[in-house]
Amino acid sequence: MSYQWDFSPVLTRWPLLLDGLLNTVKIAAIAIVFGVLVGLVLALLRLSPRRSLRLPAAVFVEFYRNTPPIVHFFWFFYALPVVLNISLDPLVAAVLALSTQSGAFYAEVFRGGIRSIERGQWEGAKALGMTHTQLMRRIVVPQAATRMVAPFVERSFELIKTTALASTLAYGELLYQAMMVNSETFRPLEVYSTVALLYLVLLVSCSALARVAEARLTAYR
Amino acid sequence: MQDPIMPVSILPASQVPAPPILQVSGLHKWFGTLHVLQGIDFSVAAGERVAIIGGSGSGKSTFLRCLNFMEMPTSGRIALDGTPLGRASAGKPDEVRYPESELCRVRERVGMVFQQFNLFPHMTVLENAMEGLVTVKRMKKAEARERALRELDKVGLGNKTDVYPGRLSGGQQQRVAIARALAMEPEILLFDEPTSSLDPELVGEVLRVIRQLAEEGRTMLLVTHELGFAYHFATKVIFLADGVFHEVGTPDEVLKHPRQERTRAFLERFTEFSF
Amino acid sequence: MDYAFDFALVVETFPILMRGFLVTLELWLPSLAIGLAAGLVLALARLSRSRLLRGGSLVYIELFRDTPVLIQLIWFYYAFPILIGVQLSPFTAALLGLALNTSAYGAEIFRGGIQSIARGQWEGAKALGMRHADMLRRIILPQVFKLMLPAFTNRAVEVAKMSSLASVLSVHELMYQGRLLSSTYYRPFEILTTVAVVYFVLIYPATFLSMTLERRMAGKG
Ligand SMILES: Nc1ncnc2c1ncn2[C@@H]1O[C@H](COP(=O)(O)OP(=O)(O)OP(=O)(O)O)[C@@H](O)[C@H]1O
Ligand SMILES: [Mg+2]
Repeated sequence: MSYQWDFSPVLTRWPLLLDGLLNTVKIAAIAIVFGVLVGLVLALLRLSPRRSLRLPAAVFVEFYRNTPPIVHFFWFFYALPVVLNISLDPLVAAVLALSTQSGAFYAEVFRGGIRSIERGQWEGAKALGMTHTQLMRRIVVPQAATRMVAPFVERSFELIKTTALASTLAYGELLYQAMMVNSETFRPLEVYSTVALLYLVLLVSCSALARVAEARLTAYR
Repeated sequence: MQDPIMPVSILPASQVPAPPILQVSGLHKWFGTLHVLQGIDFSVAAGERVAIIGGSGSGKSTFLRCLNFMEMPTSGRIALDGTPLGRASAGKPDEVRYPESELCRVRERVGMVFQQFNLFPHMTVLENAMEGLVTVKRMKKAEARERALRELDKVGLGNKTDVYPGRLSGGQQQRVAIARALAMEPEILLFDEPTSSLDPELVGEVLRVIRQLAEEGRTMLLVTHELGFAYHFATKVIFLADGVFHEVGTPDEVLKHPRQERTRAFLERFTEFSF
Repeated sequence: MDYAFDFALVVETFPILMRGFLVTLELWLPSLAIGLAAGLVLALARLSRSRLLRGGSLVYIELFRDTPVLIQLIWFYYAFPILIGVQLSPFTAALLGLALNTSAYGAEIFRGGIQSIARGQWEGAKALGMRHADMLRRIILPQVFKLMLPAFTNRAVEVAKMSSLASVLSVHELMYQGRLLSSTYYRPFEILTTVAVVYFVLIYPATFLSMTLERRMAGKG
């Protein structure tokens, strides 16, 4: 094995890769925000006492959890525009795919957190005369939130990794930029190793941040 | 019991019959096919202290929890200060609907202390006691704080205000729970086996607080297995069995001279019980 | 919305999709089996007394967990010829890539299982005078397999979804056929929706099994 590693052609194109990294962060951030919104709505529907609300939400969640993300990307980019007779740019399609998919997962995180709060807490709050809204806001959600942190972070990591699929729609995130650099330099190993390292750094720093946040939220224990 | 619980019969058991503040009529509760409460008629007057005893699974908790609508009665009516709660639908007197706002107002007036305390672990002791005042009664923080501190002082925890409940002993937690309920200035207090989940050496401190409340003349209902305490605490004792009030009377009548065979058999199981 | 869904096309193209579906199965099951077997070896390395083995396996596992699968597949596609000196078909490269990824996640499942079982039973087995390896094989592992069954099933679900990424390497599996057909006929809505449904039918039973197993174990515990 006498492969000559040569990173210099890749490293000289760092502005391209930096651009990709920023786009990755951008698309991940947007998708997390929308994913959380979708997840909240779905979780509320799934926790509703009305079956007519619970059932469609459950079907939606199960469908997204049991189909591959790349199908969602292509479906939003190619299939949906045909039906609606519109055109979507890659960023919008990717954000739609990511946030609906992660929304389905976030919904389960939120629902699981809420349902993990013991009956005694609901009753303790009710016995004081709190309305449903008050007891959710003051007692249940604050406690559930601390239990949601870990699974929420885990899902968000999956989401960040899934943003790489936006490259298949030719959106200029990190992986797509890497493909561009590769087509100019023909150094695939160097390019993809570099990009993998960038993802690693991104995720490791995110997990450090998440640990700090979690420590703060659970200080009362 | 090691703890010397002083008799509270210092207070005359309301000689003049006061008007009932809580009235229950024809109360039934079904859990699926299980008929737990089978038609209960009952009333409490201001200043009365009622001890409810009975075998495990006889429906003591269910009865108490119906009074503040932690459980919804299957049928029957409950009245507070003479006003029946809920709205019966036309033509179907058994179908009573309870709007959330009404239930919340009732629960403000009927406080409850649970076997498992149910303190809010993410709030300090003081915040726990203030929570109902601030969120439900919409009281100003400063005022709520003052009242919460007063109640915490009363239960002997004025020095633990900034601690989280997880750091307290069971007995201390239950006293915080009592202070939390008291802060709301309820007209009636419901206790569901408040000492059953405590280590024996911690039971006394909680019972002492409850006795102190009795001395203040508060209206209380207590489900308990501490028959010795019930004897001294209560103005009225109820033996619940088979979903009905099997025997009702003064502590002397029910606990010392039970007329019903069933009551006698129940009491005999408490060998260590002495007055 | 006045879009007319072309059922005839779905019927017409279904056999082609099914051919892709078979390739998906050929990717999925072997990579899962190889990956989990390798995962056991990795887990033992993670738990071994040698610092070198522990450190090496940790780095390997984290590399796979903190980078996108798509990049891993692309990287190996280019790297295998250099690393092992043989040009692999896209199918083999994808299969090996998926297996390596699965080994990292599988290792974490095995490690968690072994640690949770071992804590109590190490002493008992030692008292019987068993050797380390015997203990592991006879006492610990059978229980780990049982305890971790829901986690393995869950992994199977993830691998099934990941296998769709092989389409990027032009492996002729389900997603690839879907992409090809939808551009050939220019009916992406029909084709991609069908692809999603086929994936759902493949994956949902595994999810359902995993949920059932989890519930049954929670009931026992
Ligand atoms: N939410 C519920 N759903 C179904 N059955 C219930 C429910 N709550 C109570 N029960 C049943 O109703 C019966 C009465 O229960 P309850 O808790 O009122 O008894 P209890 O007298 O308080 O007993 P203990 O002394 O053990 O606390 C029991 O058989 C119990 O299993
Ligand atoms: Mg009870």
